[in-house]
Amino acid sequence: MIQAIAFYLFAAIVILAGAMTISSRNPVHSVMWLILAFFNAAGLMVLVGAEFIAMLLVIVYVGAVAVLFLFVVMMMDIDFAQLRTEVARYAAIGLGLGALLAVEVMIAAFAWNSGKVHLGRRVAPIDPAMPNIQALGHLLYSRYLFLFEAAGFILLVAMIGAIVLTHRERTGTRPQNVSRQVARRPEDATRNVKPPVGQGVEL
Amino acid sequence: MIGLIHYLVVSAILFTLGAAGIFLNRRNLIVILMAIELILLSVNINLVAFSAYLGDLVGQVFAMFVLTVAAGEAAIGLAILVIYYRGRGTIATDDVNRMKG
Repeated sequence: MIQAIAFYLFAAIVILAGAMTISSRNPVHSVMWLILAFFNAAGLMVLVGAEFIAMLLVIVYVGAVAVLFLFVVMMMDIDFAQLRTEVARYAAIGLGLGALLAVEVMIAAFAWNSGKVHLGRRVAPIDPAMPNIQALGHLLYSRYLFLFEAAGFILLVAMIGAIVLTHRERTGTRPQNVSRQVARRPEDATRNVKPPVGQGVEL
Repeated sequence: MIGLIHYLVVSAILFTLGAAGIFLNRRNLIVILMAIELILLSVNINLVAFSAYLGDLVGQVFAMFVLTVAAGEAAIGLAILVIYYRGRGTIATDDVNRMKG
């Protein structure tokens, strides 16, 4: 009973937040609604017992991706209202196509339900006695080790790519030149003089 | 226990919202990227629901890889957006015509 209430609550909020994400006027509000959608999707995943993916969703999406979006939105000085002038032109075709797609997918989903699907062989059956994260770790570091490493490489390439794309050499600045500072010797920079009495020092 | 079909319907609605968002915000590149994130989120919900109801853990492993690709895609997409904005001073997709594509 309480599970059903939690499911409907999470599902309603995730759909509402998704709708607000795409219809918000202000992109900062869009990011906030996106964060709410991610939190509630994580709740949906906790309900079916996939705690690790749910926490990963919160950490990766809310902690990294959404903040990245927020940074980029706030870094730009753009008149976002001007970008929304043509919304009405595409609203009809967008919503029409969306509704068509939703109906199609739901028909397919109910058709799937009409016949029973049985997996002949499970690659990694869920063991109720083992915690989700432990089972996932066993699977990830044995059978899917190379795939896991490939995912790490993808992230590395994405990181290097983002740095290479956005990095720019700034000219006109005068940064600290550490090697020149270290290489400088006292005898190059200072001079010892003993001025006679009554006469100044000639610089 | 909530049926699998409930999860599939939620995921389908979320996918549709993402696809409609690309049409609705055709000029705003940032919101298009957010709509793509919504689509990938719905795919993840689908994978996890099937994984839980069919009793096979591989779906959750695959959802993790989808998460990886989504994070990389967001980083690269936003980096391209930033350099595009730096060069043109706008992010309207209609103006992306420098390569005459």
